[in-house]
Amino acid sequence: MLRFTLYRLAQALGVILVVFTITFFLIRLTPGDPFAGEKAMPPDVRRVMEERYGLNKPLITQYFTTLGSYLRGDFQPSMKYQGMWNVKIIKDAFPISLAIGSCALVIALGLGLPAGIIAAVKKNTWMDYGFMSLALIGICLPTFVMGPMLIMTFGLKWRVFNVAGWFEKTDWVLPSLTMGLIYAAYIARLTRGGMLEVLNQDFIRTARAKGVPGSRIVMVHALRGGLLPVVAFLGPALAGITTGSFIIEKIFNLPGLGQHFVSSVFNRDYSLILATVVLLATLLVVTNFLTDVLVAWLNPKVRLS
Amino acid sequence: MSTAAAPAPSPAAFELPHVQPGRSLWQDAWARLRRNRLAILCGGLLVAIVLFCFLGPWLTGWNPTETNLALKATPPGTVEIRPDGSGGKHWMGTDPLGRDILTRIMRGGQVSLMVGLVATGVALLIGVGYGATAGYLGGRWDMGMMRFVDVLYALPFMIFVILLTTMFGKSMLLIFLAIGAVEWLTMARIVRAQVQVLVRQEFVEAARSLGLSTPAILIRHIIPNVLGPVIVYSTLTVPAVMLLEAALSFLGLGVQPPDSSWGTLINDGAENLETSPWLLLYPAAFFSATLFCLNFVGDGLRDALDVRASKD
Amino acid sequence: MTKLRTLLPRLCLLLLTGALLASCGGDPISAKEGAEKKIFLVNLATEARYLDLQRCNSVTEHHIMLSLYQGLVCENRNTDTDVEPGMAESWEASADKSVWTFRIRKDAKWSDGVPFTAHDFVWSWRRMLRKDLGAQYSEMLFMLNNGKELYDGKVKEEELGVRAVDEHMLEVTLVGPTPYFPLLACHTSWWPVPRHVIEKYGAICDVMNPWTDEDKLVGNGPFKMKKYLFRQYIQVERNPVYWDAANVKLDGVRFYSIESADVEERLFRRGQLHATYSTPLSKIPDYLKNHPDVARNYTNCASWYFRINTTRGALKDVRVRRALAFALDRSSIIDNVLRARQLPAGGMVPPMKGYTQVKEFSLNLPEARRLLAEAGFPDGKGFPEYNILISKNETARQLAEAVQAMWQKNLGISVGISQQDFTVYLTSQQNLDYDLSWAGWNADYYDPATFIDMWMTDGGNNNTGWSNKEFDQRLADARQCADAAKRLSILTEAEKILMREAPVLPVYFGSRTRLIHPAVKEWQVRLMDNRLWQFMDLQYPPPPSSMDAGLNRN
Repeated sequence: MLRFTLYRLAQALGVILVVFTITFFLIRLTPGDPFAGEKAMPPDVRRVMEERYGLNKPLITQYFTTLGSYLRGDFQPSMKYQGMWNVKIIKDAFPISLAIGSCALVIALGLGLPAGIIAAVKKNTWMDYGFMSLALIGICLPTFVMGPMLIMTFGLKWRVFNVAGWFEKTDWVLPSLTMGLIYAAYIARLTRGGMLEVLNQDFIRTARAKGVPGSRIVMVHALRGGLLPVVAFLGPALAGITTGSFIIEKIFNLPGLGQHFVSSVFNRDYSLILATVVLLATLLVVTNFLTDVLVAWLNPKVRLS
Repeated sequence: MSTAAAPAPSPAAFELPHVQPGRSLWQDAWARLRRNRLAILCGGLLVAIVLFCFLGPWLTGWNPTETNLALKATPPGTVEIRPDGSGGKHWMGTDPLGRDILTRIMRGGQVSLMVGLVATGVALLIGVGYGATAGYLGGRWDMGMMRFVDVLYALPFMIFVILLTTMFGKSMLLIFLAIGAVEWLTMARIVRAQVQVLVRQEFVEAARSLGLSTPAILIRHIIPNVLGPVIVYSTLTVPAVMLLEAALSFLGLGVQPPDSSWGTLINDGAENLETSPWLLLYPAAFFSATLFCLNFVGDGLRDALDVRASKD
Repeated sequence: MTKLRTLLPRLCLLLLTGALLASCGGDPISAKEGAEKKIFLVNLATEARYLDLQRCNSVTEHHIMLSLYQGLVCENRNTDTDVEPGMAESWEASADKSVWTFRIRKDAKWSDGVPFTAHDFVWSWRRMLRKDLGAQYSEMLFMLNNGKELYDGKVKEEELGVRAVDEHMLEVTLVGPTPYFPLLACHTSWWPVPRHVIEKYGAICDVMNPWTDEDKLVGNGPFKMKKYLFRQYIQVERNPVYWDAANVKLDGVRFYSIESADVEERLFRRGQLHATYSTPLSKIPDYLKNHPDVARNYTNCASWYFRINTTRGALKDVRVRRALAFALDRSSIIDNVLRARQLPAGGMVPPMKGYTQVKEFSLNLPEARRLLAEAGFPDGKGFPEYNILISKNETARQLAEAVQAMWQKNLGISVGISQQDFTVYLTSQQNLDYDLSWAGWNADYYDPATFIDMWMTDGGNNNTGWSNKEFDQRLADARQCADAAKRLSILTEAEKILMREAPVLPVYFGSRTRLIHPAVKEWQVRLMDNRLWQFMDLQYPPPPSSMDAGLNRN
């Protein structure tokens, strides 16, 4: 296990380096730069700016300078929000996305797994159709519809929650719900599909024939194999959930990390794009590693190599 | 070998003398699918929606891009009579520029159905092929292939889209490419996870010891066994793709105004949620109906292709 | 597997507690509470990029700076065309209006108590003219004698046309006669920054100098920095040492940076804002009709138009450009698409006091069709398909679609629409990689020149490829003209040339629809839309309004 972990760690560093490199050159290829604005910047000022951020140097020099400072743990200042360090921007925003994402994950798993399991066990009954229809509604309602609808009901009509902002302890409820319900729908459908694959397998029949109680079959034997698609889906989804969603943060006006992923690209904030992408890559390799371990644990036949 | 320990049978295992010879997995599946009334009903409905979208615009008599500023955002059932005497009813009302919603939904459906199905198809082909290969080969190959997937996950998709549009301008083909290119990743992970388990099962080893080539094993034995989760995830991909198309159209990829797609109509509808709810309601209804049908057809297909269940 | 059963809930619990422990941001204030505590809650719609006064270049930053700093003079509370005393209690000009003397208040102090003197202005203006500061508005100070020369490093700092005669007397020498100098001095680029603070925390021009942090920032305005929560809000509180502190009614202002109009409207309805930045397009008609007491609509100093790429095919032909301009039904666009009482624009410059507007274009179909036919495209036949370039923006899209339909119907030509990400859109314009593009311009200062200067040959914001010697000459004449009325008439002539040549199709002059809470006392309607926070007030308890009681909830 230790060797495997170390091996994966080395791979992770490789992945991050590749992502770093591709992103670095990709953003320089896109039209525009961090200093584009509705009112053109006077050429003299532009020159000062480019000098300040080293953008006047050859691209390859810039690449190695940036790589060097990342290796030293210096994630550079933002080019759009001048005077702000990327580390500070991320440090302020990440906990908020993480908090909302965690709640969303709890909601998604708490609703999605049971619904999927019950639907699979009671296949083609009204319970199955009921849960799956609910899940479908969750999938059909995009975030930008679900969010405002929840706000109008709970925020404006019943006045239970704030309509936006990040002030009170209850402000995480609606965003988490919006995010969680959609993931719950995905998880429910995937769980049901995965469970159905397993429930017909011979070892389940055997267990059933041997008189193992139904609930135990489901919870102990079937769930192992049945969760595979969900776990595979969760790997990247986890990274996405915890880094926040652009749309949800916009609808609820949350100062989370999700907006930076999108707005830094729109702003061509070269250094902030790089910092957020490196963070996402790190999270991804971690969650994908964890889910690989989880897959192996669920299915002892799969060896971690 | 006792029945209890019998490996999950591959389709090939059915090609035993007591089964009619030549009856393939697909023929079997079709026979089973026909017995599933819900799936057939939904399939029929899906065909109806497709026909409706492609033939409908000729029947409504409205031009989906013709504006009439006098009739902005009128509720369903508004009657418009033009100075020249032509005209009729706007069954689902008009949008803020006075265009007929029903006709726009039909035209939008053409785009969305195409994007939804083609891009999902692209994702499906790449994802299943890639995931199955990685899972089957295992070891270093698997490692390398999955790290490549990790890299693609982490790369900022939007930069890629912006680059595509600036290099190639607007084109429908690009949208299939761009969407297909991201949507296959999760598919590949799901397939790989399943295949990793299958590979260790005895029937695969049997096939291998019989000397079957790797592609043959993959196509004949592995992939049919992962179709269940694949179908489920595909039906989840379709709505995601349709909505993604709308998001990309704002970046210049996908439909450009005055044309519409279900995604852009739903987007516009959401902006007018409180003032003119029908702008959201009708496109969302079509969108949802299509997805419901797709899902039940998908479930039916899944059941039909489930080789194990067929033993009952 | 039993492990999983116990593990899952535990994991959930762990995540939940983690989430709950994550601290929420600042304290919430409802509009009612705000009225009681005299804290004004306003949305500025974007995040401030800079808090360094001299680097500011956005409207948002300008609004915040109006609370934290003050220049020699400030905008008059009643009119856009006059000023009232700020840091200077009085001033006089030489006969030719090129040398100005300002008497700085003796009781003026920085918000940390350090005395404020004329030297602060001298130092600040010298800093503003340092190239390595990278300030976008340095050019504003080129009208100081030797301003441009100092910026280019050709003269020494001492030679700049500003001098502290003594602690409280500032003498300003301009390059030429400038009768409207006090109006210009209202702009942030002329305001002072605290030398003693900037030098204390780092290098003068270093962008990472932390002197603008919430605990370090020092100003000289009616308010001082209290809390800075990035991407949430900036809150300022009363500055007790401000020279006119006794007459400041508010105890604080909170500036939110909510980007979405839908979100701010919902916050307003829930009673969490005193003033929104805008109103969602789809709701403007309803608000204007049913809640006129809450929805304030007024024209602002902004012009909206299509840029035309005059280097492209048929668009090179002035007749084609004019035909397109005559075929637009501006009133219909305003009444049906924008619906916020904008004004149809026949020229580039919105109504401004003392300026004779050019009203070249209005709907004139016979003329449009005649011009198009003359250019070789009778009934639009053979007209190439051009694209209207827009960036992601709901209003722009609807407007472009309406215009598209209009040109199709009126001229028989079809144009496409292409949407681009904002930065790509800007780049496309700069590289002349477009056909027509939808754009708008907000006045930098209250003067028609702000709308005309940009079209001069090779101007950084021209972006049409259009160039006209006669036009350039008029602009140069206007710049050297000391007589205000004559100068304005020269500018009118320049605008006439611009409209005759039509590298730009004016469509409308902007308006702003804001939702204002009933607690707000006298919301100044100003063309420049600047808020003078020191004169504003809130009423408690707030009077009832036509909206439901949600506005005044606790």
